[in-house]
Amino acid sequence: MSSPTTSAGRSSRVSSGSRMSARWKDGLAPLCAFIALLALWEGACRLFAIPGFVLPSPSAIAAAAGKVAPGTWAGHIGATLKVSLLGYGLSILVGIPLAIALSASKALSRTLYPLLVVVQSTPIVAVAPIIVVVLGAGDLPRVFITFLIAFFPIVVSTVTGLQATPAELIELSQSLGASRLREYRNIRLPYAIPHIFAALRISITLAVIGAVVAEFVAAENGLGYFINFSTSLFQVPQAFAALMMLVLISLILFQLVGLAQRLLFAWSLPKKSP
Amino acid sequence: MNETPANATETRPSLRFEHVGQVFPASDGSRVVALEDVDFSIGRHEFVAVIGPSGCGKSTLLRVLAGLVRPTSGQVQIYGLPVNGPREEIGIVFQKPTLLPWLSIADNVTFPMKHKYGRVTPQERQRAGELLQMVGLAEFADKRPDELSGGMQQRAAIARALLHDPEILLMDEPFSALDALTRDEMSLELLNIWTQRPKTVLFITHSIPEALLLADRILVMSARPGRVREIIEVDLPRPRSLDTLTEPRFHELANHIRRQVFSRVVGL
Ligand SMILES: Nc1ncnc2c1ncn2[C@@H]1O[C@H](COP(=O)(O)OP(=O)(O)O)[C@@H](O)[C@H]1O
Ligand SMILES: [Mg+2]
Repeated sequence: MSSPTTSAGRSSRVSSGSRMSARWKDGLAPLCAFIALLALWEGACRLFAIPGFVLPSPSAIAAAAGKVAPGTWAGHIGATLKVSLLGYGLSILVGIPLAIALSASKALSRTLYPLLVVVQSTPIVAVAPIIVVVLGAGDLPRVFITFLIAFFPIVVSTVTGLQATPAELIELSQSLGASRLREYRNIRLPYAIPHIFAALRISITLAVIGAVVAEFVAAENGLGYFINFSTSLFQVPQAFAALMMLVLISLILFQLVGLAQRLLFAWSLPKKSP
Repeated sequence: MNETPANATETRPSLRFEHVGQVFPASDGSRVVALEDVDFSIGRHEFVAVIGPSGCGKSTLLRVLAGLVRPTSGQVQIYGLPVNGPREEIGIVFQKPTLLPWLSIADNVTFPMKHKYGRVTPQERQRAGELLQMVGLAEFADKRPDELSGGMQQRAAIARALLHDPEILLMDEPFSALDALTRDEMSLELLNIWTQRPKTVLFITHSIPEALLLADRILVMSARPGRVREIIEVDLPRPRSLDTLTEPRFHELANHIRRQVFSRVVGL
């Protein structure tokens, strides 16, 4: 707990120029580590002559990625993005209202919460083929599988946030004779924003995982499908290239959620310096 | 002396506790008697402090009066009418400032109106500005709560409670989270506000000097069951200031209250 305070105190004293360079270092350090890792990987593959179908080297992966037509990549990336984002959107649209209902009604919470835990404890990967059979072809089963994997953290975190509102504020609301609708809209929901965004960041990466799981089971395009397709033809470097794309997509989406919070709800971020 | 709204105390009480009892079910299935047979009145524009050990039911007393909790027995009346729920003429200040972190200080002060009616009138906005001026926060109107110190936040919370110019002000240990210096400053400021805009005040505190500095009467409570042990008239002259704290009568009263509060603990 003490380290952020000290670093904040230090950064407020140093000039803006060296603060800039500190930020550069923050971004540079992981990049250097990443490059070092790639170099190590490449070196190991060449030194021990690891066969490409076991662990392809970064250069082999890059070469494989280059051989696939950009239009093909775009198609697969687009398909995965579409399923991930639709499933993610659905988990937000269902998750947050459900959390409000659970937090507002003890009876509902007692009835539904165990059910939600059961859903969450079920290995969705195992249920996915059944969902595909039931919901048929098209994006619908894939979106639903993504939703099942991504929505739980949103519900749990939002409920936690709604309940974490200081009791005095609720009493203030009651003493004004305000409706519960207003209590939720004006006080509880904004208070839950930091919790909600913590969950939204976790869930966006889960949504990508969900889309890939769904594409493993049934799909004719998408990065999950492409990985499956490539490995079945023993084109392991190409499968790795698709995997790298997935990692990249996850990273970018994760950062975008953080950016959305910074732009829309700057107050909800932990303070860096006073 | 125009600084003594206490003189304006009418014979007709503005607040009345009639044999109020409050029993809560405890987590272990037993019952907690938070209040037992609490029976007293507060005159119009009177400043009454409540003092007593932790858990003796002070906050419960306030919540019953605010209409947030229904007493299990007895009745509370405001202007002769039984309290059945929250009332317009009450303003509440809690121990913690509990400002909304996403609103500016000015918007926090007008929040009760926004929250209740969905909009804030220009007059209310202007009044918020005046109140912030009064509590010395005019230049912080556009700041967010976390840019202010604890004492400043509590001042904003007081301004928020005063926005609709409530007849009755309920304060639950409002200064207890502040350091000693800020506390004295805030007490004097509260005296100042109360003199400018007379109100009936119920002020809960842990501090005997604070109670003596502010109140017309002090209600000493005892714990388990929470009941009124004694009601003390504070006959210190007004206007009061920090000099009041050095008067011999102040020390007499302080010692008396201290004995009252501690007698139960020591088992005298
Ligand atoms: N809502 C409640 N449910 C159960 N017990 C409560 C509740 N509110 C207060 N109590 C109990 O009533 C007693 C008095 O509480 P309170 O009025 O908060 O005391 P004080 O403000 O003097 O410290 C305490 O023992 C407390 O645990
Ligand atoms: Mg209390």
